[in-house]
Amino acid sequence: MSAMTVERVPAYRISDLRFAYGSDASNHPAVTDMRCEIAQGEIVGLLGPNGSGKSTVLKLLAGLLMPQDGGVHIYDRPLAHLPPDELARAVAFVPQQQPAWFPFTIAEVVLMGRFPHHRARGGWLGFGWETREDLCQAEAAMEIMDVMHLAGRSIDDVSGGERQRALIARALAQAPAILLLDEPTAFLDLSHQVEICQALRRLHDDRGLTVVWASHDLNLASQYCDRLLLLDRGSVARIGTPAEVLRSDLITSVYGCPVLVDAHPVSGVPRVTLPGQAVSGAR
Amino acid sequence: MTLVATTMADARTASRLLPATLTRGRWLSTIAALTGVSLVTLLICLQIGLERIGLADLMAMVMRLVRQEAAPDGAATAQLIVVHIRLPRILLGFLVGGCLAAVGVGLQALLRNPLADPYVLGISSGASVGAAIAVVLHLVPAVVPVCAFGGGLLVLLVLYRLAVSCGPLAVHTLLLGGVIVSALCSALIMFVTSLVDPARAFQIIAWLMGTLSAPDYATMGWLALCLALGLGLLFRHAHALNLLTTGEESARSMGVDVERVKRQVFVVTALLVGVVVSVSGLIGFVGMVVPHAVRMVVGADHRLLLPAAGLVGGALLVVADTVARVILLPAELPVGIVTALIGAPVFLYLLMTRKGGLA
Repeated sequence: MSAMTVERVPAYRISDLRFAYGSDASNHPAVTDMRCEIAQGEIVGLLGPNGSGKSTVLKLLAGLLMPQDGGVHIYDRPLAHLPPDELARAVAFVPQQQPAWFPFTIAEVVLMGRFPHHRARGGWLGFGWETREDLCQAEAAMEIMDVMHLAGRSIDDVSGGERQRALIARALAQAPAILLLDEPTAFLDLSHQVEICQALRRLHDDRGLTVVWASHDLNLASQYCDRLLLLDRGSVARIGTPAEVLRSDLITSVYGCPVLVDAHPVSGVPRVTLPGQAVSGAR
Repeated sequence: MTLVATTMADARTASRLLPATLTRGRWLSTIAALTGVSLVTLLICLQIGLERIGLADLMAMVMRLVRQEAAPDGAATAQLIVVHIRLPRILLGFLVGGCLAAVGVGLQALLRNPLADPYVLGISSGASVGAAIAVVLHLVPAVVPVCAFGGGLLVLLVLYRLAVSCGPLAVHTLLLGGVIVSALCSALIMFVTSLVDPARAFQIIAWLMGTLSAPDYATMGWLALCLALGLGLLFRHAHALNLLTTGEESARSMGVDVERVKRQVFVVTALLVGVVVSVSGLIGFVGMVVPHAVRMVVGADHRLLLPAAGLVGGALLVVADTVARVILLPAELPVGIVTALIGAPVFLYLLMTRKGGLA
């Protein structure tokens, strides 16, 4: 963990955040009046219907978008003032699935995550050869994400799920204190969904990794997150524990769809299901 | 957070990743092999022409030049041909081909499109307009590359403005803008050539077809220096270009100063294309076909891809120019026609077989 995380300041302090796409001030803002804190070592699930601003919030937290108003403080330092490589050593961002255009091997993709750590970056012809530490960190990340056996395969001929795991491994190779993920489980089958959630949980338990995770899967979020942040058209509808946020009236009004909420039979966390209808013919 | 504490014992396990990544050893052996192949190619092309000059004669020439002896009567013509005509032309071809290929690699990375090259973006067209205007106005020859650089840079700035006004350098806007700018530049060239007398107009058109005419050694020195500086700047960003191929947002999230890299690569591109166009006219497809082929063999890592494509591009253009020199002996074809005849079908093939086409 880097030196700046030692004090127990919040990982994120978000104050009166406002962001609209495009320069037009009359645009409907994607995020308005957002304020909250995220503690170090928390796993926060970012929930909300399509277009509610989940991706925008993640990009604001990653420093990829600059807010028009308000600010994001990371460990009590204004995010806008951090140089790119220093920010990249503190925060890693896993974007939503994107196509791969160039035939990098999986190992090369994961090693890209070491870029902010190369002291020699921009030195002799910008070569920045991988050090032993780079290789070890990349390999550890690949073990965690179960992509070691794909090391020599090209990123453009592995499956969507394998690519997603490689991208998470790349983010872990950055050795960040904070990990931001945009729908990381969207392309994964059940066992890999669970594997990734458990890996994130382990990293959180063992090393105090802070995770902010945008998801459409309310039940996965309920099971693995400490707190949930429910977004409704760009502002915070509710932030709190899964039990406080996943309430049928709230979810029904935000998602515009009736739901049933009961307790998970094993873990006891809230479980969200669609009310369902008896199939005609079934008696 | 670090995932593992690094110890000396890890050195052995880390080697599991090495076969799948670029190592210094693989870099050195690949570059050494390609340098050897390039040298052999140049040496072979040096022997071919109207006057066939064997390897033994070449060796004798080198010995005489080293000892500063005068050539015997029988070999004087051959020596004149090699030293003052063939060698400069071959060196020029190597420099031009290498630059076009390296610039192609850089543009493809920035645009995340393996089919981009200076022609698609209209940079070469812009540079040729600048150079043509300088030629028509009878400016001193040294100003021609400057005007070409200006033309190329102007095109890039227009594209940049266009793209910035539609969001952070939208890739598709840039490509479409390039197509439109190319059309505009063609019109400007035709306008310029229609203003001058037919003999001069023919000269400009012949130059536009892409010809390598040997400059004197002093000019060549300046040219080499200029191109080496440009290529050095491009290589400086080799590692950042790797990350940029995965998308601008993801590159930024991994600590790349995206806007700075983009700006510098664009300016260097305009510089290299301007210089190359002013000495050789429009030579197409080297910047697209070579990076594509080299990438399939050596992999996508720009730390190796950039220099390897440079060497292969140089050697390939020398071969193409040798073909252009000898195929219609004693007449010569513009080398641009040869590269277009090879490159255009390859481009079409790639366009048809590529998943998702240009999107």
